Formats: sequence, structure tokens, C-alpha cells
Amino acid sequence: MDISTDHATSPSTARLIGRLLALVPADSVLYTDEAQRPYECDGLTMFRALPLATVLPSTEAELIAVVKLCREFNVPIVPRGAGTGLSGGATPHAQGVLLSTAKMNRILQVDVQARTARVQPGVRNLAISEATAKHGLYYAPDPSSQIACSIGGNVAENSGGVHCLKYGLTVHNVLRVRAVTIEGEVVEFGSAALDSPGLDLLAVLIGSEGMLAITTEVTVKLIPKPHLARCIMASFGEVGVAADAVASLIAAGIIPAGLEMMDQQATRMVEPFAKAGYDVDAAAILLCEADGTREEVEEEIAQMSEVLRAAGATGLRVSTSEAERLRFWAGRKNAFPAAGRVSPDYYCMDGTIPKKRLGEMLIAIQQMETKYDLKCPNVFHAGDGNLHPLILFDANDPASLASAEAFGVEILELCVKLGGTVTGEHGVGIEKINQMCVQFPADEREQFFGVKRAFDPPGLLNPEKCIPTLHRCAEHGRMHVHGGALAHPELERF
Amino acid sequence: MAEPHLAGGRPPDVLLAQVHAAIESGRALCIRGSGSKDWYGEPPAGDLLDTRSHAGIIDYDPSELVITVRCGTPLAELESALQASGQMLACEPPHFGAGATVGGCIAAGLSGPRRASAGSVRDFLLGAKLINGRGQHLAFGGQVIKNVAGYDVSRLLAGSLGILGVLTEVSLKVVPRPVAETTLRFDGVSKADALTRLNQWGGLPLPVSASAWHSGTLCLRLSGARAAVRTARASLGGDAVDADTAVAFWRGLREQTDPFFGQAGALWRLSVPSNSASVTLPAAGPTHGPNDGPNDGPNDGPTGGSTDGSTDGPTAGETEVLIEWGGAQRWLKTDLPADSVRAAALAAGGHATLFRPAAGSTRQAPCFARLDPVIAGIHRRLKAEFDPANLFNPGRLYADL
Repeated sequence: MDISTDHATSPSTARLIGRLLALVPADSVLYTDEAQRPYECDGLTMFRALPLATVLPSTEAELIAVVKLCREFNVPIVPRGAGTGLSGGATPHAQGVLLSTAKMNRILQVDVQARTARVQPGVRNLAISEATAKHGLYYAPDPSSQIACSIGGNVAENSGGVHCLKYGLTVHNVLRVRAVTIEGEVVEFGSAALDSPGLDLLAVLIGSEGMLAITTEVTVKLIPKPHLARCIMASFGEVGVAADAVASLIAAGIIPAGLEMMDQQATRMVEPFAKAGYDVDAAAILLCEADGTREEVEEEIAQMSEVLRAAGATGLRVSTSEAERLRFWAGRKNAFPAAGRVSPDYYCMDGTIPKKRLGEMLIAIQQMETKYDLKCPNVFHAGDGNLHPLILFDANDPASLASAEAFGVEILELCVKLGGTVTGEHGVGIEKINQMCVQFPADEREQFFGVKRAFDPPGLLNPEKCIPTLHRCAEHGRMHVHGGALAHPELERF
Repeated sequence: MAEPHLAGGRPPDVLLAQVHAAIESGRALCIRGSGSKDWYGEPPAGDLLDTRSHAGIIDYDPSELVITVRCGTPLAELESALQASGQMLACEPPHFGAGATVGGCIAAGLSGPRRASAGSVRDFLLGAKLINGRGQHLAFGGQVIKNVAGYDVSRLLAGSLGILGVLTEVSLKVVPRPVAETTLRFDGVSKADALTRLNQWGGLPLPVSASAWHSGTLCLRLSGARAAVRTARASLGGDAVDADTAVAFWRGLREQTDPFFGQAGALWRLSVPSNSASVTLPAAGPTHGPNDGPNDGPNDGPTGGSTDGSTDGPTAGETEVLIEWGGAQRWLKTDLPADSVRAAALAAGGHATLFRPAAGSTRQAPCFARLDPVIAGIHRRLKAEFDPANLFNPGRLYADL
């Protein structure tokens, strides 16, 4: 068979591709540079690579055959869902195979009585809720990318969303994951019951960024749709006051269905684009949602309004219709695209800090804006302390690009210092791998590698992501000393 | 609001020294708090490592919804600190003894009546520190609710029965106590009817926080906003149970002091899909009368048995059933052979735990259901990675781990 690849012409690669073509239909194997171009990066476009081949199996049997072949050739596998991830978890490996589950996109079963759905990994997050809405049920985790991201990717990243303070993350809403190990064995983690015997391997698999096994089926929990939801938009004259109001709500025993904060830069950036009706004169706004029965929502909205007023809100607006409520959220969910409109490039951060440090963090970010001479609007999942500062820069200007990266690193490392973490929900991937050296000492990192070895002894599943090696951290430490030099000059940036 | 006494940061020197000594001598350790759950899992073995010297609440700010506590702290102390700030552990863990520790609660991973609606122990575990088999004191996760940096080792420790290391400290997500709570009682409800109702209610936005069915009586606890509880109560009917009686009832279930648990026979815990109508047991262990519908009783056994609701089944007898968690947890009191109970649970899509042997007898079978071979391989490799010399609670989860 004549196989011409543009970038990798070694005989073993040609043999690998030939064998892949025998396992899956020809249109499910991509190996030319041109055909693979759409797969060279995920949502983190700063890192790009072309794999040896990109394979899109349609069935679990095809997927197993591909995994076994890669194992035989000792070739790394990078699993990919919808490719919307923001940390480079699905960045291809130049010597590996990119395995996309996009074609495995069927909802296999909805058990209305048990309130579960069994779906293939390529099913979109929102498609589950759409398919179950007629039964009054939905799948709770709602990452902002939910119209595009897939449930397989959600499992890999333990995705959250704007409602996870009340309804939990992926790990709280998935009962079972059927997966294929690096040896090509099918294994079920979890079950249709609420627990399983032995160690809770499902909890480790979720959020493992495709490094432990490849998901082929997910059983999710569905929950009843609340009768009603209403959202308060509260205005504040100072961001610190808004941050304190968040603590006041929680201290009053309220767990809002959603609790988001945007600073003035963010509302002014979003408003012309989304026409959400935000108070662009306020230094910060909080979006605070109540859901449940009509009576319950009324009671909670009254209670929240009282707490917010007492905490210093300068204005409150309560959504009076479902359309208005959705507009409030559309603004928040469109913050990233809006950043793309006002700036040539933006870099979205994802740290989490204890809520009581929010005010401190915001002041530090303001100072960094001056230091790096870049704008940084802020949107937060305020209820759980998860920050998404959006650093605006111009990738065509090397100085701007270097500043943006240094700005991001400083924010993440401050998150660790304030008692938080470098990633709340986007994952480590390849993006935050150096910051993992700051968050975790060598012994912890070695124990993570131990977990990896227990699931994937040959280390072929998504290697070099998420957990940095000792060597890499040593390099990172040295760069810090010398200040500012970019890590991995061989990689394309932004 | 009462400020809990904060113990401050202090390394677990005594525990570390003991682990280092064990590494030196190669003698296994039996990690133990108060011993309130000594009976759970396979028999404890090894030199005693008492965790109770490492106690105290390290950090608790109610507005963060997180508490960080040393593992030797009594669970009761943790709960009263939370209660003083109007908060609680949502998984409502059982104590099984006055001195139960936080470490034991996490290591056993057992959750109480609220589990089906609120989540399990592991769901609320945000961070953990442990001493591994190399004598390293490691920290995983953290004190924030959203954290996806590295593998979620903390949650892996919930229910691990101490086989991976000595837990020294955990951070737990906590929740506000519900403003209103009511327990409703429905009498004359068959098991089939109870399962149908529980699964239907589960699909409606009702503030159900616990459920229990036994012997024709279904109890439902509603917790949440005043309006939500009031509205649900009006729509569901049933008889409201006096508040003190209700508290005692749910505590009795949680702690297994309810008379159900005092009956003869081994206590089995079946974890099954909430809507499995029929957990089919062999005819040797009859349970229900003819009109009881789908059952955990006799069917398809060697002597014939009956299918749900038929009239030729054996009469009520040796297997007693109590259903919790909206149908997802079923307790059996029975003398049936372990293999039969396990096969029935497996056929229903779940698994069975020999929770406690019959009074006065020893375990006739392993505590936990056998693992799939691939899953078992991952267990062995994880154990070897965390505890290469097999020092911690050897054989406690499975005899060969």
C-alpha cells in the first residue's frame, strides 16, 4: 500500500498506518498533514503538533483494535473528545496516534425511572439534557462550552460549570464509566448502583485527563428539572464589597444554584456583544440564582436580596422572565467569545482560591495589569472561588505574548500561595504542567506517577501531560532564577 | 456563632515515627482510631497504630464551606463544631461507636440516610494528607471546592480501609443545615409500591433527603427551604411524624440500632440500581406474602421459587429486607449462603457486602464482592505503589491486598 505522509515517512509509521487502515474504514484514519490540520490543537491553540495519524473509531471494537495496535507498536495514544479543552489535554503527540471519540456519539439508553442515561463518549454535554428534557430531567454539569464539548471530555477533565456549587462536578454526576485500558481490555469503573466494591477507581479516573484509560461509555445521573429559576443581578461599587457579599450569602446558609461575579472590565466587554442588560456602571456585578418550586424560589430570592442589600449592593434586579434570566447567563457564558472580539488574542486562566482571598487576588491582578501593561477582565465562579481572569494581548507582538504568559504564571502561582490551586476545572494538560511543580513537591508528583503506572504500566496513554517529571520541574526552577525565558522554545506559542 | 478551637498546624510526628519504625522492622501496622469499625472488612491484623493522638480542627471558616481536621479527631467533635455554625456533613456518616474518628469515617467510606440525595463521603472529600509506605507525608487535593490539579488521590482514600496509607488530615466540604425538616410516614405500602413511588418521587423536584421502607411502612424525610418542605408535604400526603421520633428513627437506621438490625441472621448490604424491582434470591430464603410484588425474596432457586407477585411462593420467613436510599441500598437479614446473595445482587446490576456476620458467628465469606480481574490488577498495582512493603492494614479490604 502506498502511504505518503508529509511529515513522517519512516517505514514503521507507514506500517502503522497500513495496519490502522485494515482495522477501521479508510475515512476514519487521517495521516496527511492537510487532513490532520484540524486536529493539531484543542481549545488551547498555543500548543500545536501533528500526530503520526488521527483515528476516529465508530465502535468500541474498532477502538480496542486501534489501542492494541498502538500497544504493539509501542506508540503513545492521545485521546480526544470534542477538542474544546482549554489546557492542551488533547494536544497531539508528534510520535503518537490521536484517537478521537467524536464518531462514537450515540445516546444508548435513557432509563427514566432510574434517572440515568448511558451514552457514548462523543455525545455532547447539552445533547443529554436536550434528549431527557421531555421527561423533566437533565444532566447538571454545564460547562460554558456545553453546546460543543463531549461527555468523554467532561469525564477526562472533571468539568464543572456555573451551577456546580449546588449540583456538583462531573465526578458527582457520573455513576459508571466503561473504558478500555492500554492493554485493550474493557473495564467498568463504578456501576448503575451508587457504589462499587473495592477502591473508588471511578473517582480517580474522572479528571485523569485521558492518562489512565480511554472512555467508551458513560452512565450519567439525571436530575429533575426545577419548576422555576430566577436570577438576581446585584451591582456593587467596589469589587471587594462584592467579594464579601459572596461570603455573606454562604454564611447565611444559602447555596445559590449559581453564583457568578464579573468585574466592570468584563461587563463592559460583554455588554455590547451579548446585550445581557448588565449594569456597566458598577465596579462589579454578582449573578445569583435560585431554583426549585415557585414558593421556594420566592422565599430564596427574598432572602438573597436581603443579604445582598445588607452587604452593600447598590442595585438589585431580579429576572422577571425566563428570557431575561437566560440573557443574564448568556452574557456570562459568552465572556470568552467577547474577549475574542475586543482583543486579537486572550489567555483564559483557571485558578481557584479560598473565597475569603478574592478581594486580595483582585487587587493583585489590578497591579499586574500595570506591571505587564495588559488588560485583564475578570469573571469568576464566585461561589466556589474559581477565577477566570482573561488576559488580553496580541500574539503578533512577541513582547505582548511574553508578558501575557508571565502574567498568567504570576496569577497561578499566587493562587497556590493563597491556599488554592492552579486549575479549578480546565485541567493541567500541557498548559499548567510547570505550575504543577509549584503546587506539588517531588514526593507527591512521584506518587501521581505511581497511580499512572498502576493503570497504564507502559505509560502510553497521553504521556507528558498533567504530571511534570522531576527533570521538567528542575528546568522550570532554573528558568525562574534566570527570569522570564520561555519554556520549550520548540513549541509554537498562541 | 461559637468559634471552634483551632489546633493549628503540627506534623504527625508520632505517627510518622511509628511508620518509619515499621518500615525498619517490616512489621505490618493496624491503623485504628477508636476501633468502632473493627468488625467492618476483613479482620484487622498488625501492630496497633492509634491515630487518636493526632487530633483537632485545623481550619474552619463557615463561609468557605470547608473544614480541615486531623484524622484522630472524634467525629462527634467535628459534627458539633459544624452544628454550632449551622452546618453539617451532608453524607450523614454513621459512627458505630461513641469514639468514632474522622479518619475511620473516611477510611470506611460509609454514608448515612442522606446519601442518595446529597452524596457520599468521597463526594465531600476535597483534600487529604497521608503517610505512604515510604514514610513520606503527602498532601493531595486542597481546601477549595474546585480543584483538578493532578489525579484525585483524596477521593481514592475514601473507603480504602487504610490499605494505601495512614490518613492524617482531611478537608471536607460542608453544607448549611436545612431550615426545615419533616418526616412523613405511609402505612400499608408493599415493597413493589414503595419502589415505584420512590423512583417516581426521585424524578420530581422534591426535597427528599432520606427514605426507608420495611415491612409495609415507608418513611420519607423532607429537608430544605420552608416553602419547599411545606409544598412537598401537601402534595405527598402521608402522616407527619413527631420531630423527636423522626430524629431518633433516622439515627437508629444510620447507627443500626433500629430493631430491624437486631433480628437473627447475617446482615447484608445490597447496593443496586434504585429501580431494580427484583433482587432474586433462591427459594431457601423466603420473605414475602403473595401480593408483595417484585421482591428480594424467593425466585428461580433450585427448589422452584416464585416470581414477583405469584401466589405459590413460600410464606414470609427467614429473609428480612429494609430499603434505603430511594431503592439503591437494601439491607438483608438472612442465613442464605453468601454465593446466593452475591449472585442475586450481581444479577440486579449491583453488589453485596457481608456487612456483619450473624450474632455470635464469624464471617463465612469475604466481606466484599469479588473484583473483576482487570480491576483487581489495578488494585494490586496501586497497593504496591502506595505501600510497597505491604505494611498498612494488610488483608483488611481483600485478603490478598
